[in-house]
Amino acid sequence: MPRRIVIGIRGIGHRVIDNIWRLGYATRFFILTLLKSGSSIRRFSLIIRELYFTGVLTLIIIVVSGLFVGMVLGLQGYETLQKYGAETSVGTLVALSLVRELGPVVAALLFASRAGSAITAEIGLMKATEQLEAMGMMAVDPIARVVAPRFWAGVISMPLLAAIFSAMGIFGGYLIAVVLIGVDEGSFWSQMQSVVDFRFDIVNGIIKTCVFGVAVTAIAVFEGFDAQPTAEGVSGATTRTVVTSSLVILGLDFILTSFMFRGVG
Amino acid sequence: MQRATIDLWVGLFVMAGIGALLILALKVGNLGTYSEAQSYTLTGIFENIGGLKVRSPVKSAGVVVGRVTDIQFSTKTFDAAVTMKIDKRYAFPKDTFASILTSGLLGEQYIGLAAGGDEGMLKSGDKIMKTNSALVLEEMIGQFLFDKASESEDSEDDSKF
Repeated sequence: MPRRIVIGIRGIGHRVIDNIWRLGYATRFFILTLLKSGSSIRRFSLIIRELYFTGVLTLIIIVVSGLFVGMVLGLQGYETLQKYGAETSVGTLVALSLVRELGPVVAALLFASRAGSAITAEIGLMKATEQLEAMGMMAVDPIARVVAPRFWAGVISMPLLAAIFSAMGIFGGYLIAVVLIGVDEGSFWSQMQSVVDFRFDIVNGIIKTCVFGVAVTAIAVFEGFDAQPTAEGVSGATTRTVVTSSLVILGLDFILTSFMFRGVG
Repeated sequence: MQRATIDLWVGLFVMAGIGALLILALKVGNLGTYSEAQSYTLTGIFENIGGLKVRSPVKSAGVVVGRVTDIQFSTKTFDAAVTMKIDKRYAFPKDTFASILTSGLLGEQYIGLAAGGDEGMLKSGDKIMKTNSALVLEEMIGQFLFDKASESEDSEDDSKF
């Protein structure tokens, strides 16, 4: 009996040590990526190529979901606000919830599942087909040549995608509230402008998206680089990318929100 | 894919992103309507500020002329010092009256400036001398009930004689 308990405790300890080791490995990998990104910034065409795959190809899902999220917010906000005779505040509601929370978070979740998984699968497959090792043989550093451009492309495209998401969402809210329902257009925009503050709301939203962009792409490139070089290993790494980055986005969002908006009312 | 095509799409994407940021800043946010760079600071001492918050609007004749930037509680005089930034375009006379008002019955609170007739204008860092505290709903209701009670007592006294 005591032997079983010892084995059980040993199992817990083994897992904890493994996970902490992996976290440290990921951090070292992240720092190495930053250190070796100098050459990829000098060869900016590499980053532009990756921007096409992470940014431009993610655009359509971002635009469509932003539009629909804004339209749903407009409908639901109108339903509730008109009970209090405050239906002109629907613009404020849509803009604040998109700029502060929904824009950064939903765009980052979509980005993780659309672009993050693609990055992991690509790098993982490169590893499985021994392309990364071949690069090493040719004295080309795979971190500088493959990982760093993808990382920076993700970091650049995330804030832009989130801004497009928020703008499309506000346009969707405008379509529903003003065009379809008939809320007064002037008070829709003016109430929004009088409440949404550039420094507190929009800049804080941009800071959030930058943090999410770094987190999601760092997780994606690490999982791809760390994948088992088999078909199963790549699929497992892709799944882990989406799950881990979604959880990290939600956790970071709570931490950032509690620091940014606690004292502002 | 051709290099030029990729460049074109990425250029369009980056332009769309920056355009969305500009729309958010100018159309949705208040960057286009009011900039802090061209403003001056005024201070007002209030006995009770009610629900006034930092970033509450400062209005004159219903027009937003500035914003509250800071609220401090003084432990010497036990009242609140409210700092506000007023747009440079709007100058107010020295005897301007500042009162804390409520938009609607239960709406947000703001500072209303009523201009006086003085020749001299308020300068940056000046203190507004005439202030009027916020109306606290509970105190008003309490006062009203108290008045009613004393009124009915009076009328009862009248009926006795």
